[in-house]
Amino acid sequence: MSQPYLSISRVDMDFSRGGVTNPVLRDVNLDVQRGEYISLIGHSGCGKSTVLNIVAGLLRATSGGVIVDGREVNSPGPDRALVFQNHSLLPWLTVYQNVEIAVQKIFKGKRSAAEQRDWILHNLDMVSMSHALDRLPAEISGGMKQRVGIARALAMEPKVLLLDEPFGALDALTRAHLQDEVMRIQSELQNTVMMITHDVDEAVLLSDRIVMMTNGPSATIGQVLDIDLPRPRDRLALADDPRYTHYRHEVLSFLYEKQRKVESIANARARGAASTREAAALRA
Amino acid sequence: MDNTHSIAAPAPASAPPSMLRVRAGAAYSHFMNHVLPPLVVIGLLCAVWELLCSRPGAALPAPSQVVSETWELITQPFFDNGGNDVGLAWQILASLERVAYGYLLAVVAGVSLGVLVGQSTWALRGLDPLFQVLRTVPPLAWLPISLAGFQDSNPSAIFVIFITAIWPIIINTSVGIRNIPEDYRNVARVIRLNGVEYFWKIMLPAAAPYIFSGLRIGVGLSWLAIIAAEMLIGGVGIGFFIWDAWNSSLVSDIILALVYVGIVGFLLDRMVAWVGKRVTRGTSPA
Repeated sequence: MSQPYLSISRVDMDFSRGGVTNPVLRDVNLDVQRGEYISLIGHSGCGKSTVLNIVAGLLRATSGGVIVDGREVNSPGPDRALVFQNHSLLPWLTVYQNVEIAVQKIFKGKRSAAEQRDWILHNLDMVSMSHALDRLPAEISGGMKQRVGIARALAMEPKVLLLDEPFGALDALTRAHLQDEVMRIQSELQNTVMMITHDVDEAVLLSDRIVMMTNGPSATIGQVLDIDLPRPRDRLALADDPRYTHYRHEVLSFLYEKQRKVESIANARARGAASTREAAALRA
Repeated sequence: MDNTHSIAAPAPASAPPSMLRVRAGAAYSHFMNHVLPPLVVIGLLCAVWELLCSRPGAALPAPSQVVSETWELITQPFFDNGGNDVGLAWQILASLERVAYGYLLAVVAGVSLGVLVGQSTWALRGLDPLFQVLRTVPPLAWLPISLAGFQDSNPSAIFVIFITAIWPIIINTSVGIRNIPEDYRNVARVIRLNGVEYFWKIMLPAAAPYIFSGLRIGVGLSWLAIIAAEMLIGGVGIGFFIWDAWNSSLVSDIILALVYVGIVGFLLDRMVAWVGKRVTRGTSPA
């Protein structure tokens, strides 16, 4: 077997504040092959966003490390483009300019202005946003914003595409539509994708493998499920497919039986504190 | 406006008559809703003023008397008899010039300091107490010390404007910088913008709504301060014009000057607001 394209090895993550150290991740190990679509699923607060942020380079692991295509990750970069849950388009730039700001920076000196322009248009076309190039983010719908966010990430030609609950803020119909688009794009471009989700159907439908995380503190990977369904996948046909139902059941039983969330006030508080710490650490 | 354009564009032949009617209707309703009410209120207030001050022995002149006594000033804003004896337009322009210098300095220094304080927690801790104390010092209290420092009246007036306008600019800029959403920073980190690019492409536009509310407060304060400062330093300027008129018991001149001062202050405010609206399209918090 060849060297994995993306390798997360023995990652521990602690957040400490005021002398109190909170272990968030313990011994996270994951190898991802080129072109694979991986979903990270787990209860909220389990640290899946932390894993993604470590891969993105926005957070430094307390110990352990991430290697992408033979290089260690120690800072953010366009080779690990991120699609944020809340799209994070810059509101003062138009749709076109939001992609342009990334393309200009990344391909400066490597591609001519005309090539850059074609590339921006190509990526916006891929997410069917060519009709709204001059709109501001405030003038388009949530689903459209997320499309632009995806176009911006794709335009960076990332080695790994990181999706942080990309469809979480969308209504069900828009979400389904966008999931189909992402599947289509992924089959065209053969991207390596790592996606965070808390939606079981989304995980089964999109992924080659589902990585299930245990509850925190000291969260780690509890189980990895191979999704052996032929592509292209069709959500309607799969709905009655016994294999699909089986995978779905596997994930649900992991989440709701093995890792059942015990909601006590103390836990919720601790988690609230942990997530503010996480936010604080991101800011630092 | 833009909507009517785009709707009308495909059918230009049939559009003009109906569009004219639409335009006229819009102008009429705009007049009724936005122009008429202030006119009515101003008319009523002037009538009350006229009634109160027409009595014999009234201390202040009635509006009709103000207009008749200052008619020459109103009709000849650009006369120049040398020295301080120049038209009101020159007086106001002289004041505006001082405000422009002081305010522009305050914008540059204020935004820079605001960025510093917004970016660096250390700078915030070091400078904030100083800012909080200094900003409460009334503008005119700076005048003697700046006269002592500059040994000249004009730079002192400009300094007073500067020191008056700078605080809201600093404070609003730093708040704007601190409130830049984490996501924007992350976007910048992922595409690896360097410091300069981050400053121009992310930081300034993201903080622009805050910066402009600081600039707007600042320009208002500048105009407040210049009038008071000019009363003390003398020379050409609307502030000293008012003081001079008071010393010559020309109360009507004072009233006319106050009206002009108010209108200019209003225009300055609107101008900064307009620029802000243009610059911060899409970003404004509303």
